[in-house]
Amino acid sequence: MTTLAATGVFRYSWLLLAFPVFGAGVLLLGGRRTNKWGHLLGVLMSLASLVYGFIAFFTLLGQSGAGRSQDLHMYSWIPVAGFQANIGLLIDPLSISFVLLITGVGSLILIYAVAYMAHDPERRRFFAYLNLFIASMLLLVLSDNYLGLYVGWEGVGLASYLLIGFWQFKPTAAVAAKKAFIANRVGDAGLSLAIMLMFAEFGTFNFTGVFDQAKSGGSGVATALGLLLLLGACGKSAQVPLQSWLLDAMEGPTPVSALIHAATMVTAGVYLIVRSNPIFNDAPTAQLAVTVVGAVTLLFGAIIGCAKDDIKKALAGSTMSQIGYMTLAAGLGPAGYVFAIAHLLAHGFFKAGLFLGAGSVLHGMDDEVNMRRYGGLRKLLPITFVTFGLGYLAIIGIPPFSGFFTKDSIIDAAWEKGGTSGWILAACAIIGAGITAFYMSRVMLMTYFGPKRWEENGVIGGAGANPPFTEAERHIPHPHESPLLMTVPMILLAVGSVGAGWFLIVNYRFADFLAPVVGLPPDQHGIWTWPGIIALILVVFGVGIAWAMYGRVPVLATAPRGSVLTRAARADLYGDAFNESVLMRPGQWLTRLSVYFDSRGVDGLVNGLAATIGGTSGRVRRLQNGFVRSYALSMLIGAVLLLAGLLVVRL
Amino acid sequence: MSPAHYVFLAVILFVIGAVGVLVRRNAILVFMSVELMLNACNLAFVAFARMHGNLDGQVVAFFVMVVAAAEVVVGLAILMAIYRARKSASVDDANLLKY
Repeated sequence: MTTLAATGVFRYSWLLLAFPVFGAGVLLLGGRRTNKWGHLLGVLMSLASLVYGFIAFFTLLGQSGAGRSQDLHMYSWIPVAGFQANIGLLIDPLSISFVLLITGVGSLILIYAVAYMAHDPERRRFFAYLNLFIASMLLLVLSDNYLGLYVGWEGVGLASYLLIGFWQFKPTAAVAAKKAFIANRVGDAGLSLAIMLMFAEFGTFNFTGVFDQAKSGGSGVATALGLLLLLGACGKSAQVPLQSWLLDAMEGPTPVSALIHAATMVTAGVYLIVRSNPIFNDAPTAQLAVTVVGAVTLLFGAIIGCAKDDIKKALAGSTMSQIGYMTLAAGLGPAGYVFAIAHLLAHGFFKAGLFLGAGSVLHGMDDEVNMRRYGGLRKLLPITFVTFGLGYLAIIGIPPFSGFFTKDSIIDAAWEKGGTSGWILAACAIIGAGITAFYMSRVMLMTYFGPKRWEENGVIGGAGANPPFTEAERHIPHPHESPLLMTVPMILLAVGSVGAGWFLIVNYRFADFLAPVVGLPPDQHGIWTWPGIIALILVVFGVGIAWAMYGRVPVLATAPRGSVLTRAARADLYGDAFNESVLMRPGQWLTRLSVYFDSRGVDGLVNGLAATIGGTSGRVRRLQNGFVRSYALSMLIGAVLLLAGLLVVRL
Repeated sequence: MSPAHYVFLAVILFVIGAVGVLVRRNAILVFMSVELMLNACNLAFVAFARMHGNLDGQVVAFFVMVVAAAEVVVGLAILMAIYRARKSASVDDANLLKY
């Protein structure tokens, strides 16, 4: 793929970043003065980026060949002799797809948040952070080199940290924010090592430079780079083994969960892998590792999603699982890249829609998150029910909703990989589809159907309340439909959930669009394939089992003890326990041992020596008793000894 | 009389002086014992100068006398001050400067 210097409209691509940076800057520096109109500025800046994104997108469609990839050099960041670190933007089909997703879904969620956060005294700060996030995310996907990407990568990590801990007066939120930050650091270390390796091997960070040399660099370097990039992707995209932070990240306000922890930031890992496709194409081992991580995570997340009673955590498990699908696809090479991104975009719509729907339910239910206290909400929240329902149909992959097209493409691609690994991966993906149907149906049934359990049980809620509500303050909520500012974004996202998959997959629209960046899939197949049909049958089974367990029989107000698997899934499949026992405890022991060695060993030696000298001199001091005659005697003895010594030597 | 007799006399005088310094408590007597030791040294110097046939030892003896005179001036002055303050000339009473 060749890249041209940016011309025409693309010369102003920096505006994409400038708008949200300006918004964040004004809101953060302006302080309380901007409280009144801060949220409006935030939305406006995001919309401005969206408009420019659309202009760039349609201009790009008008180009052909090399014109589809345009590079804007912004400035030289660190120019040192042979080392050139530049800040530059790359507008190509892959990055512009992300730009539209980030600014589009971002703008809708910001509009939603205007109403959702209306009663929060810190709404202005919230919008400042969201603008910061959008700017960082755009830098991440637009940068034309890995160093710029890394800056964006850290920027979204910071925004994620700030927003998970937005209600930092809640200890759980503060802890969750720290946990997300630390888990991400592990992944970030992988990405930074990959970048260092690139510089050591290739002497450049630019995508074009790295990819040109990766082909000739030998598979050893490519494999090492691939595995390090995978580690980075695991951290950011909450893939096993760095998955533990995502479920706790639901402590943040719901729009944050929708935008950062469902639609955009957590998919950055998939973007990283797909963007680095020339590296992975040369490294089959790294690709296999990517597919294994994806397959394990998609089952891991799905199983966790089945057991959570917290609606947001159930959706978070689902997010983990769906990103597992994308990672799996990204590991399949050119056969899967385009479907990874297609599923990513479709997922951006339906998962953001589902989260906003959950937010709308929370809004009506006084921030209660326990689904066992929901029930019968479909008549009271009709718009939320319909939009959530469309997202639900999209995620479980009922034709003709978008998940059907994108997820089945991934299953087909895994199937066509062939060999034992292809069979196992396809089987995981198909089983995952069945489990997805089960847990999403469970969420639907527990939330919208059945008796109104909140009438008898009441709710506690108060996610953003300061001080938080306690069990004693349990009350009966008055569920009501959310205002237009919240329902309109949900409706638009529902439209995306319905149509995105069909639009992207049918006629190979998206495959042809992305082909210059990631290559064409080798096999083209129809919509109806055997693996897809098997998956669809499993989906129907999954829905049926969910109905038998949560629709036909009443849902208990308190969770039953459950089977071994249920209890394991409730405990996040012991992900935290694993981290705690394998990483945290040995670390604590090591520090304790070091402290003990330091205080007893090193300090003991030094202090002991000092005490010995001090004690001895304390005793020797007694010789100085103030009697002149004893001094005279010692002088005499000394002189005599000296003389005797001299005589002995002399004789 | 051979010069060796002078040396023996010097040794006897020195030992008498040293014992005096160690056993007497009265500061004046200690002083006198010190002078005795110094003069024993002077005698030894002069005797050795005579034995070796040069003047170095005699010169040193003069220096010792000068230093001894200066030392007696300062020492007696201190002694006077201490006696006025403490009404005592015993060296064992002036033992405050210690550990």
